[in-house]
This record gives sequence, C-alpha cells and structure tokens, in this order.
Amino acid sequence: MKPLVAKQAMGRKVQGQALVARDGFSARYDLNRIDGTFSRPTHKLAGQSYKGRILVLDTVKGGVASAWMLREMASRGVVPLALVFNSVNPIIAQGAAFGDITLIAGFEGDITAQIPHGATVEIDPATRTVRVVE
Amino acid sequence: MKLNDIERAMLAGEHGPAVKSAMEHQVRVGEFFDAADLVPVTQAHIMADTESLGEAGVHWVESLAKDDPGARVRVPTIMDPRGTDFAKASVLNQPRWAVDLERRAVAAFERLGILMTDTCINYQTIQAPALGESVAFGDTGVVIYSNSVCGARSNFEGGPSALAAGLTGRTPRYGFHLDARRQATLRIRAEWTPVTLNDWGALGAVVGRLAGNYWAVPVVEGLGRVPKSDELKHFGAAMASFGSSALFHLAGITPEAVRLEDVGGARLPVAHRVGEKEVRALQNAYAGEKEVDVVVFSAPQLSLYELRQLAALCDGRRFVKPLLAITSPQVKPDADRFGLTGKIEKAGGHVLSGMCFYQSYAREIAEANGWKRLATNSTKMVNILGGYGYVPLLATMEQCVEAAEKGRLP
Repeated sequence: MKPLVAKQAMGRKVQGQALVARDGFSARYDLNRIDGTFSRPTHKLAGQSYKGRILVLDTVKGGVASAWMLREMASRGVVPLALVFNSVNPIIAQGAAFGDITLIAGFEGDITAQIPHGATVEIDPATRTVRVVE
Repeated sequence: MKLNDIERAMLAGEHGPAVKSAMEHQVRVGEFFDAADLVPVTQAHIMADTESLGEAGVHWVESLAKDDPGARVRVPTIMDPRGTDFAKASVLNQPRWAVDLERRAVAAFERLGILMTDTCINYQTIQAPALGESVAFGDTGVVIYSNSVCGARSNFEGGPSALAAGLTGRTPRYGFHLDARRQATLRIRAEWTPVTLNDWGALGAVVGRLAGNYWAVPVVEGLGRVPKSDELKHFGAAMASFGSSALFHLAGITPEAVRLEDVGGARLPVAHRVGEKEVRALQNAYAGEKEVDVVVFSAPQLSLYELRQLAALCDGRRFVKPLLAITSPQVKPDADRFGLTGKIEKAGGHVLSGMCFYQSYAREIAEANGWKRLATNSTKMVNILGGYGYVPLLATMEQCVEAAEKGRLP
C-alpha cells in the first residue's frame, strides 16, 4: 500500500496500532481521561482504551479544552500516541503543539476508510505521510 | 511565516522567556495552518479551568510566571469561568485538592497580569468586540458569538494559544481572520422560529450538526424575528458545541449578512430546511427520564435578564432537589442588589458565580452528591455531560424549575 499523503502535520515520527472510527473527537466530551477510555456512550469507540494508540478519526468536535488536556494526559502517560484526522480545528493543532503529540490531517478521500482498525501504522510528519506497516 | 522585527526579537528571546515560548508556540501553530503572518489583537480571553489544565498545566503556568518574573500580558487578557465558586465550593462538595489547585492557578494567572473576570459571557458583561476587530478568544461560545453577532475576528484559541496571544499581542493570521474564510459555505432555510431559550439552543445544535466541522460557515435564512442576545447566546453556544462551528450568519440579521449575497449565500443552493420537527427530535433525544437529581442553569453563564426570569419562576416555591443557577461575577452583584438571588435562594436554590458547571469537576461532584439525572435548559450542556456519566435532560426553564420543586419533569 502506498503511503497516504496529508496536507498538515506536526510532531515526531511514530509507529503504533490504529484505533479507527468514522466519528469525532473531543478530549472533554468523549474521554474518561482518568482511566484512558472513550467514555461517551454514543461514541463508536466507547469503552476502548486510547492509551498509546494512534487514533484515526473523522474530525474534531466540541470545545477548547483539548488544547490543555493533551499535555495533561501526556504528563500521566494516558495519552494517544498520535492523532490522524480527515479535518482538524485549531484547538487540536494548538493542543498537539502544546502537548508535543504527533498530529496529521487532510487526506485524499476518507482516511477512516483507508486504514484498517487494529493495523500497525507509521506516521512521518516530515514527509506528511501515513503508512500501513501491517 | 513572515515575522516583522519585533516578532523576530520576541522569537529570539529579547522580550523574555515567556514571550519567546509564546512566539514559538504561535509559529508552530501558524505554520501548521499555512498562516502568512501574525495579526495584532486587541483582547485575549483564556479558557483555563483546572480540570482541563490538571496539575501539569497549573505547574506550567506557575513556572512561566516564576521563571520570567517580568512577564505580563501586553493586551487586555481576561479569563473564562473557573472550576469553582470559592464561596460555594461546599455546596458542590468539590474535593479539597481541586479547590486548592484552582487557587494556585488563579495566583499564577494574576502574576501574568490577567484580569480574572471568570466569565464566558464577556460579550454581555465586559466589552463586546466591534465589527472587524481581531481578537484571540477562547471558549467556543464566546468565539462564535463574537464572530457572528459582533462581526469580530477570532479562531478558537485554546488556553495556551490565548495566553500566547496575550503575551505577544498577536495571533497567527489564518481561519476566521481571513475574508475568504468568512463567506458562507452552507445555506440553511429555517422554516420555524424558536420560542424558548432551549429551542434556540436546539436549533443551533441542529445547524451545528449539519455544518459538521470548524471550517463550515452556515448562513441561516427565514427566521421570523430578530433573536435577542440571550437567544443568540444559546443558539451559538450549542452550534459550536455540536458542530465545532465558530461562525454563522443570519441573513438580514447579523452584521456581515445584511443581504444574503454579502456572505456569498445567494450563490449557494438551499442545502437543508430545518423546522420544528427537527428541533423537537433533537430535544427528544435528551428526554429519556422524568425523575431528576439536580437542576442546573449554566453553559453559558446566565445574564441578568435570564436570572430575572428565573427568579420570577422560583418566587414562592420550595425545592426538593438542588437547583444551581450560575452566572458571572459581573452579573452576581446586580442580581443580589435587585433581589433576584434572594428569590432563588429562598426557594432553596443556589446562585453561584465565576464558574461553569461542566468545568467544575463534573464527574467528581456527581459522585460526591449522587447526581446522575440532570435537568437543564442548556443544549450545550446536555451535549457535554453524557461523557461525564450524567443522564442529561433538556427542558424549558419553566419545566426545570418545576422539576426542582416536584423532583420530576412535567
């Protein structure tokens, strides 16, 4: 599979297991940040752990709290390894910059349909690419 | 990103380490969004409750102030609601550690010269921005109201970015600072005009869901009257919450859409028609139960007029369930002077100020007080509280007051 090229990226090169859903993301609305799971009952990843995973989701929802929360989550080691979106809002970019989390967004086609749930993927912000390793 | 001489000096550390750190953050975010340069801002507004910051965030702000004792914001920089009302923390049964963390955060922000206004309705209470004024506002409700109703220019500025803007007096020029981004992308016809505040909130939520992402700009036509400030407040806050939206236009009402064609709306097909049926469907999704544990009016903080309406409804009643009405520190003294607080509290309710319910350790106070079924007229709040383990119930202000009196919604 050819690497998927994004329009926007920041952070470090990482490799990890993907948690994929055609759903939104908000650290305040969707997560139990204490135990590291998706807690909104209606979220497609409800009950699943996000710790150390690469989240592949549609877009960013909700408020501004994620700008602080990603760093706070990172300080406790209960944080996603990286974030992959079809589209982002400023908050998630600000939060990723503040929390030093790898973020990549803006692909040809729907990224949540191109990466299999559970696949191992590699993200390289320098080349703005996502590659399915296995 | 192009920087001028002053900005390059900031980046080089010539204005101190706090400003250097702020400028580095702004360059990182600006380059991510391909910003051409920085735009001067006149005001900043910081969302920074300690549930969001955590120990790590508070420590970071303390370090900023400690490591650079001369660091001060260079434009008026104000504060979103805190995570408690210090005078009423016992009413909420908040954990001691949370209140202590709040005190540390307040002290650190004050050292940076931030005005602790503790409000998310600054456009009603502090200073509304003017048409075309570039600002750096946090709190999605503040941004969408300022952009749409006032015609100001702001992106969603999360706490670290709003603080950076306060320290540098600038923000990266992208998104809703650009003329092109402010044009409508989605045309919606309203076939029904809301009546109550939660109707306006629910309509905002429906429009937000249809818009679907931050960069979509809905223009809504067909409303039967000009909404009042509180109605626009609920409409915008819910739209921002459900859709991550930061800007809307109301044809013939909001300042940039005097005519539909002013925002490019005339060239768009009507993509959706929204009537009472769609609004009621959204409200019914938050009407699962009748029994309630707590009634909350918050998100956004209540204006003086909302408190006046609430006080009239509370007058002469006796509540069997807690009722919390949350306002800003600017409104509270007037509510006290005019006897509004007295009427609400005589019925057994509580008027709190300077906080917001969902930013005040909602999970911890739910466990401490046995609160699960929460009735409110805030469409924004019902969208948020599901993730905190509540069963949020959306109703009118009148129905919520009745629920506090009888223990169940009518």
